[in-house]
Amino acid sequence: MLKDIGKTLIGLWSLIIGLKITGKEFFKPWLTVHYPRQEVKNLNTYRGHIELTGQETDPWKPKCVMCGKCAEICPSGCIHIEFHIAGEDDSSQTEKILIGVGVEIPFSGKKFVPAAKIERELDIFNLNYNLCSLCGLCVQNCPVDAIKFSKDVYLAGRSRQDFEYDLLARLKGQG
Amino acid sequence: MINFLSIPLIHIIVALVAILAFIGLNGVVLVYMERKVAGFIQRRPGPYEVGPQGLLQPVADALKLLGKQLTSPMGADKILFWSAPIISFAPVVVCFLPIPFGPSPNSTGMELNLGLLLVLAFSGINVFALCMTGWGSNNKYSLLGAARAVSQSVAYEIPLLLAVLSIAFQTGSLNLSEIVQSQQGVIHWHIFMQPLAFIIYFISATAETNRAPFDLPEAESELTAGFHTEYSGMTFGLFFLAEYAYMIVVCSVATALFLGGWDGPFFDGFWWFLFKVYALMLVLMWFRWTYPRVRFDQLLNICWKWLIPLSVLNLILTAFFIKLVH
Amino acid sequence: MKPNESKFELNGDYYSTRFEPSGSETGDTLILNMGPQHPSTHGVLRIIVELDGEYIKKAEPVLGYIHRMHEKMGEVKTYMQYLPNMGRVDYLHALAWNWAYVGAVEKLTGIEVPQRAEYIRVITCELNRICSHLLWWGAYLLDLGAFTPILYAFVDREKIMDILQIVTGSRLTYCYYRFGGVSADITDEFINQTKEFLTYFKTRIPMYHDLVTGNMILRGRCEDIGVLSVETAKQYGATGPVLRGSGIAYDVRKVEPYSVYDKFDFKIPVGQNGDAMDRYDVRVAEMTESLKIIEQALESLPDGHYINPNLPDRIMPPKGEVYYAVEGARGKIGIYIISDGTAKPYRLKLRAPGFSNLHLFAELSQGTLLSDAVSILGSLDLVIPEIDR
Repeated sequence: MLKDIGKTLIGLWSLIIGLKITGKEFFKPWLTVHYPRQEVKNLNTYRGHIELTGQETDPWKPKCVMCGKCAEICPSGCIHIEFHIAGEDDSSQTEKILIGVGVEIPFSGKKFVPAAKIERELDIFNLNYNLCSLCGLCVQNCPVDAIKFSKDVYLAGRSRQDFEYDLLARLKGQG
Repeated sequence: MINFLSIPLIHIIVALVAILAFIGLNGVVLVYMERKVAGFIQRRPGPYEVGPQGLLQPVADALKLLGKQLTSPMGADKILFWSAPIISFAPVVVCFLPIPFGPSPNSTGMELNLGLLLVLAFSGINVFALCMTGWGSNNKYSLLGAARAVSQSVAYEIPLLLAVLSIAFQTGSLNLSEIVQSQQGVIHWHIFMQPLAFIIYFISATAETNRAPFDLPEAESELTAGFHTEYSGMTFGLFFLAEYAYMIVVCSVATALFLGGWDGPFFDGFWWFLFKVYALMLVLMWFRWTYPRVRFDQLLNICWKWLIPLSVLNLILTAFFIKLVH
Repeated sequence: MKPNESKFELNGDYYSTRFEPSGSETGDTLILNMGPQHPSTHGVLRIIVELDGEYIKKAEPVLGYIHRMHEKMGEVKTYMQYLPNMGRVDYLHALAWNWAYVGAVEKLTGIEVPQRAEYIRVITCELNRICSHLLWWGAYLLDLGAFTPILYAFVDREKIMDILQIVTGSRLTYCYYRFGGVSADITDEFINQTKEFLTYFKTRIPMYHDLVTGNMILRGRCEDIGVLSVETAKQYGATGPVLRGSGIAYDVRKVEPYSVYDKFDFKIPVGQNGDAMDRYDVRVAEMTESLKIIEQALESLPDGHYINPNLPDRIMPPKGEVYYAVEGARGKIGIYIISDGTAKPYRLKLRAPGFSNLHLFAELSQGTLLSDAVSILGSLDLVIPEIDR
C-alpha cells in the first residue's frame, strides 16, 4: 500500500517534470523556417532535376556529346535525346560541337575518347521530370560532365506537361 | 430610465443572449489560443496567415464550417443523428446562468440558490448527446467512442461532485455568488483550505470535458475521431463549440469555488474572473500538449482507486473540521 | 431500406467476407475494420479486428495496399538501374536498403570497396538509423496521444536530414551508395555538422527521457503490454529491436559483422520482458549506440577513394546466387539475388524485417484492449511500403 503510494507520487512528479519541459519550450523562439518570408539556406546541396551544362567557350552550346549513356542508364527512361550528324541535312547551324577528349569517366576512371570524332548536332534533349526519381545515375554516368543538377526546388505546375522540360531550350534561355 | 435588468424575464433573456455571444466569442478566442499554445510549445508559429498574427484564422475556420455541406451516413438514425449536436450544445447555455462573472448583481445571469446543482445537472446532459451520436451514426468508431464517453462521465462525476460538496459543506451554500462572497481576500480562497479538493476537481473536470490526457471518447489514434467521426460542417462545429463551452464552464466553476471568483486587487472584478478562467484554460491546454493519453481501464482506475477514496476522505475531514469549528 | 443499402452492409470485400470471427460465449462481437486509412496504422495497413467490448478477440492484418512490385522490377532492370528502388522500399531507413543491395551485388561480382567508402557508409547509415528511430519515437507517441514529442523529434531529424543532404543531395529517399563505394565524398562541412550534431543530440536525449520515457502515463501504456516471448519471436522470425526487446542480442552488425562494423566498439541493447516498453527502451538506447559508432568512425576515417576506381563499365555478375544481410532500423534486411550472367538479375528477393514483425501483431494483440493494440502496433515500428514491397 505505502509502496504504491510512493510509486504514484514519483509518477506524479514525472508528470510535473514533463510540464516543466513543455513550459520551457513555450518561451523559446520558434524553429520554423517561415517559407514565403524565409528560405532554407542549404539549397546549394540539393540535387534537383538535371540541367545541361554549356561549353566553357560558348555557354549557350551544350557540352553533350550525344553518347546516350544517360538515357541508357536512366531507370525510369525519362531522358529523350535526338541529334543529327552535322552536314547531313540542310540545317543552318554549321558550328561544330567540341567533343570533350580526355575527360575522366566518373565511375571507371578511364579517359573518354569518342569512337569517332563525328560532329553531331543536338536537336532535342528532353527530360520528363514526372518520371524522374532523382537518383543521379545520369549525371554520374556522363563521360563529359554535360549534365548537372539544378537547384530548382520550388516547383509547381498545373499539368503534367509543365514538368516535361526541354533542357536545350532551358540552356539557351538561361542567359 | 427604468432599470430593465431588474425585471427577471428581461434579465434572463439579456443574459442568454450575452451568454451565447460570450460562448461564440470565447470559441473563437480559445481556438486561436489553443493553436497558438500548441504552436509555441512545439516551437512553431501556429496560425499566422489569416489576419495579423493569424488572428482571423478561427473566424475563417468558423466560416468554412458554416459553409460545408451537412451529410449523414447511410443507415444512420436521422433523428438521433441530427438532434445530438443540438442536445450537446443547448444545455451548456443554461450552465452559464448561475455563474457570477462579477461583483454586481447584473453580471450573474440568474441568482439561484441551487446554482451549483444546476451547473452539474445540465453539464451531465452532454453525455446523453454523445450517447446519441454513438447510436445514431451507424459507425463502429462512434459507438466505441460513445461507450467510452458514457462510462468516463459516469465515473468522473462522482469525485467531481464530492469535491464540490466539500466546498458546499464549508460555505453552507450552493449559490455560487455566495460562495464567491465567502472568500474575499486572497488568503480566504478555498484553494488554500481545500487544495486536495481543487486537484480532484480539476482532474475530474479534465476528464468530464474529454480533454487530453483523458480524451478517450475522441482518441484519434484509436477511434479516428471517436463519437464525432461522421459529423461534418456545423454539426461538428457545434460539438466543438460545446466542448470549449464546457471547458469554460468547468473553469468558471473552479474559479468561483476555489480561486475566489471575481475577487482580486487593482482591476474590476469581471476582468479578474476572466483572467482566472483563462489561466485555468491555459493549464488545460498545457496538459493536452504535454501528455500521452491514458488507457481506458487506467482512466477508471484513477477514478475509482484514487480520486473517489481521496475525495471521500477529504469530505469526511471537511465535515469533521466544520463540526469542530462550530 | 433500399436494396443497395443492405448490399453495402452485408457484402464486404475479399478479406472481410473471408474473415472468420472466433466468437464469444455471448456471441456478441463487433468486427471492426481498422484501415487502410486509419491514423495509427501508419500508411495503408489494414487490420480486421474482432472486438468483444473493447477487447480484441482476433486480429488479422491485410496487406497489399501499397504493393509496387519491387521484386519484379528487379528482374526487368539492370543492376545499376535498380538502385533508386532501394530508397523506396523502406523510405525511413533507405540507406540500409541501399547498402544491402549494393553489398549483395558487390559480393556477387567481387567488387572491392575502399576503406574510406566503408566508413562513409557506416557514418551515413547510422545517421539514417537515428533519423528513422526518431520518427518512430514521435509517431509512437502520437499513437499514444502525445502530440508534442513528434515535433521535437522532427527538429532533430531535420538536422540529420540537412547533414545527409550535403552528401546525398536528397532528404528522404536516398540513392547514395554505388557499387564499389558511394556516389560522393563527404565534405568538411559534413564532418563539422555531424560533430556538432553529436554534441547537440547528447543534450536532447535527457530531455526526451524527462519528457517521455520517465512519464508515468507512458509507462502505464507500455509496460506489460504486448509481451513477446522468445519462442514466439523465433517462430515468427522477428528481428531487430522487436527481437532484442525480448532479450536476444541478435544484431547483424555484431553476429555476422559486415563492412567495418567489427572495428567499432558498441553495445547491443536488449530488453528483459519483451513488452512494448522494452522495445521502446531498446530503440532509444540504440540511438545512443549509433552516436558512439559515428563518433568512432569519424575519428578513424581513413583517406583514399570514396569509390573503387577500377570499376567495370557495366555490372555483369557471374552466374550464381548471393545473400547479403544488413541490420536496418527495423531488423534484418536480406537481399537474395540469382544471377544468370546477364546485366539483369534473374530473380531478386527482398527480405523485409517488417513483414515478419507485423505478423506478431495478430498474436500479441489477442485479448488486449483496442488502445493496447495501437500501442503494440506502434511498438513494432512498421513501415508498410517495406512490408508490401
